[in-house]
Amino acid sequence: MTDHILEMQGITKTFPGVKALQDVSLGVKRGHVHAICGENGAGKSTLMKVLSGVYPAGTFDGQIVFEGKPVDFRSINDSEAAGIVIIHQELALSPYLSIAENIFLGNEQQSHGWIDWNKTNLEAAKLLERVGLKNNPVTKITDLGVGQQQLVEIAKALSKRVKLLILDEPTAALNDADSAHLLGLIKQLQEQGITSIIISHKLNEIEAIANEVTIIRDGRTIETLDMQADHVSEERIIKGMVGRELESRYPEHTPNIGEELLRIENWNVFHPIDVTRQIITDAGIRVRAGEIVGIAGLMGAGRTELAMSVFGKSYGVKISGKVFKRGVEIDMSTVPKAIRNGVAYATEDRKRYGLNLIDDITRNTSGSALGKLAGLFGFVDGHKEATVAGEYLKSLKIKAPSVSSITGKLSGGNQQKVVLSKWMYADPDVLILDEPTRGIDVGAKYEIYAIINRLADEGKGIIMISSELPELLGVCDRIYTLAEGRITADIPRSEATAEILMQHMTRERERGASDNLQ
Amino acid sequence: MTTSNELTPPPSATKTALKYLAGQLRQVGLFSALIVIVLFFQFATGGITLRPINVSNLVIQNSYILILAIGMVMVIIAGHIDLSVGSLVAFVGAMAGVMITQWHIPWPAAIVLCLVIGGVVGAWQGFWIAYFRIPAFIVTLAGMLLFRGAAQIALQNQQISPFPEAFRRMGSGFLPAFGTSGYEPLTLVLGGIAAIVLLYGSLRQRMVRHTYGLESEPLWYFILKLAFSVFLIGCMAFLLASYNGTPIVLVILGVLIVAYAAVMARSVFGRHVYAIGGNLNAAALSGVKTKRVTFLLFVNMGVISALAGLVFTAQLNLASPSAGTGFELDAIAAVFIGGAAVTGGIGTVTGAIIGGLIIGLLNNGMSILGVGTEYQSLIKGLVLLAAVAFDVYNKRRVGGR
Repeated sequence: MTDHILEMQGITKTFPGVKALQDVSLGVKRGHVHAICGENGAGKSTLMKVLSGVYPAGTFDGQIVFEGKPVDFRSINDSEAAGIVIIHQELALSPYLSIAENIFLGNEQQSHGWIDWNKTNLEAAKLLERVGLKNNPVTKITDLGVGQQQLVEIAKALSKRVKLLILDEPTAALNDADSAHLLGLIKQLQEQGITSIIISHKLNEIEAIANEVTIIRDGRTIETLDMQADHVSEERIIKGMVGRELESRYPEHTPNIGEELLRIENWNVFHPIDVTRQIITDAGIRVRAGEIVGIAGLMGAGRTELAMSVFGKSYGVKISGKVFKRGVEIDMSTVPKAIRNGVAYATEDRKRYGLNLIDDITRNTSGSALGKLAGLFGFVDGHKEATVAGEYLKSLKIKAPSVSSITGKLSGGNQQKVVLSKWMYADPDVLILDEPTRGIDVGAKYEIYAIINRLADEGKGIIMISSELPELLGVCDRIYTLAEGRITADIPRSEATAEILMQHMTRERERGASDNLQ
Repeated sequence: MTTSNELTPPPSATKTALKYLAGQLRQVGLFSALIVIVLFFQFATGGITLRPINVSNLVIQNSYILILAIGMVMVIIAGHIDLSVGSLVAFVGAMAGVMITQWHIPWPAAIVLCLVIGGVVGAWQGFWIAYFRIPAFIVTLAGMLLFRGAAQIALQNQQISPFPEAFRRMGSGFLPAFGTSGYEPLTLVLGGIAAIVLLYGSLRQRMVRHTYGLESEPLWYFILKLAFSVFLIGCMAFLLASYNGTPIVLVILGVLIVAYAAVMARSVFGRHVYAIGGNLNAAALSGVKTKRVTFLLFVNMGVISALAGLVFTAQLNLASPSAGTGFELDAIAAVFIGGAAVTGGIGTVTGAIIGGLIIGLLNNGMSILGVGTEYQSLIKGLVLLAAVAFDVYNKRRVGGR
């Protein structure tokens, strides 16, 4: 037997009515980086919860062998004591505590029952050095960027003498520089003998750092590939994940572009708290009927801020600029006015800004256009409402038992489709889609692209914001680049390449670039 | 449309039935608790609880808490709270006393003016909460002190009594009785109408849902629920008919319940309230006028508090500076016993009413049994805690992954 730090054998986990995992086996070699891939809802997170004791031993079938010994974890504490630490996609740091306090939260550095602050901060500083974070350990978490917070999480894991580090979508919210730093760190930890399991949708990253990859589909292990020996490519992984070869990751689409629909001119926005800081400077954007326009920008370039400030001044202060629809200036000062003027904005953060997670699909679908369903005295026609939701369920292929399913229990891709249903039912002329495929698996992404194309073919104008350049290149007819709040280029699809976009996205940053690399 | 995940083999009929009941545990549990409490007191008091006169008193004496609970549940669904309602009850009662006995304003006009005062007070609080973004807890805590003071000033720390006979009927009067002996026919007719309307409405709803293919409720549960409701209405009607007939305040309460239940379940406004409580940011970005909805909620709460204040004053035939002390807590407790969530987004008008009835029954039953007020308070505290604990446990159990 080769040296496996972890072996999970025949794991089966059943929820009422559903087998989430069926006879899943996973072997992780000591000192390797092991990637787990699978569509959303395939069971990756469930598997990690089984491993880390979130689902205690006894609530599932199968065996876990860690460091050669069978283990029965009854809680996260058990698994952490054994040296398994999981870092979730949603970071679990306390925002108003310092870095050091967070690192030693639940594991306080004490002497005689009192916290030893010198030791706490000193130890924290050592850990921060190991992860390459140059901040003072007394800095509050809220003052850090997401990438830095991620590093704090890893430092926290190191403080627990981690042997097996599990990272769930670690780079989902990071920009390229932070992602690169994080991946480098994982490699570095590997050299220090720490084994990692990394769950990711970003196949290029898996290609870059993983030794093996295990693919899970529909709650079953499909295969485990050795990255070097099997010459694994992104296409190969995708094939395993979706069970078919995707001829193309982007649906074919011939645009039929018409008149100008929306034009934004001289748009300026300032930061809501630090009011002297200009977030958007003199931005101008236009979109024509049937056109899909992309906005590319690094994290912090102001993409979401631009979109939200346009959509009913939902972000920022001292907003100035004009918005024209079909050549006529329109009032976008509140969200209801923006909607009435035929503009919709589907947020990048479905859970916080997009859905009422405790309510069902029906009521989320009708959420922004209840007026259309209201009859006499403002009463909603519940039957018509459910029928409408049912139609979107079918036409957008939302996978849910019925329209009365609670949206909080759907997978990311299906939640995104509910958000899209909501805005499609509001029937806007211009749709601003902010990261429409974030955290969504490859198969569902393809479906979302198809929906976007369909909307464009109906004559709507689409503005699509995305961090993934291949996606913008694959879907958009024209791409704006945004750098530090300024539009730096307007590039038609035929001329756009990832390199050209990246050049324009980093144009204003050159001077400050070294500061951002930590 | 189900996902391709393999489902467990179809279980037996009783098993599915039990499973469905378990899914409805919140609703079923609340009704069961109500029945258990009624039966317990009926037994413990030797049959006094369900005597016609006691049922009539129960309705009348709890009416103002139930009225307050209707407004409170809406505020709580939106994720806010209102601590000022008790003081507002006192203030409105005081103003009614001053207007009717000192300014000699005809009582119907005084009622209208008092409701307007309630609306203005609600607008005052709503302004600070919705547009100035001060948490409702603080604004209404201030309001609690403010309006208690205002009530004392208006009454100059005196009590006002008596009120005109016609005004008092609003709190303790009955609809005119027909027939002199046996069951009072008007009450029976009203009960019959209520039952028929309920039957017709439910059947129609179910049939429409059926044609749209949206039915999820099993037939047996539907029948059971309906039979139970009709049975309750029937019992109520017979009990009231064998005493003095229908209390006027029950008519007011009935209209409020039906109207607000419909508003919360089906109107655009009600849906916006749930949306705000469920996810404020998402609601705002969906075009819900969140500030206006919040503002209107507090205006509504003010008017409802004023109504409760009028009913209370009429019932006691007394405007007192200390009226309504602790009402806000009873109303809030009723809402939470009725299944609303502290975090907002969840709750129903009927739930709040049942919660209010449970509290009312406990008060009434324990008073009959001669339990001291100190123990009454203790027991009510435990019941509130148990109800919410049950809810939380239930949610965790159903919550799954």
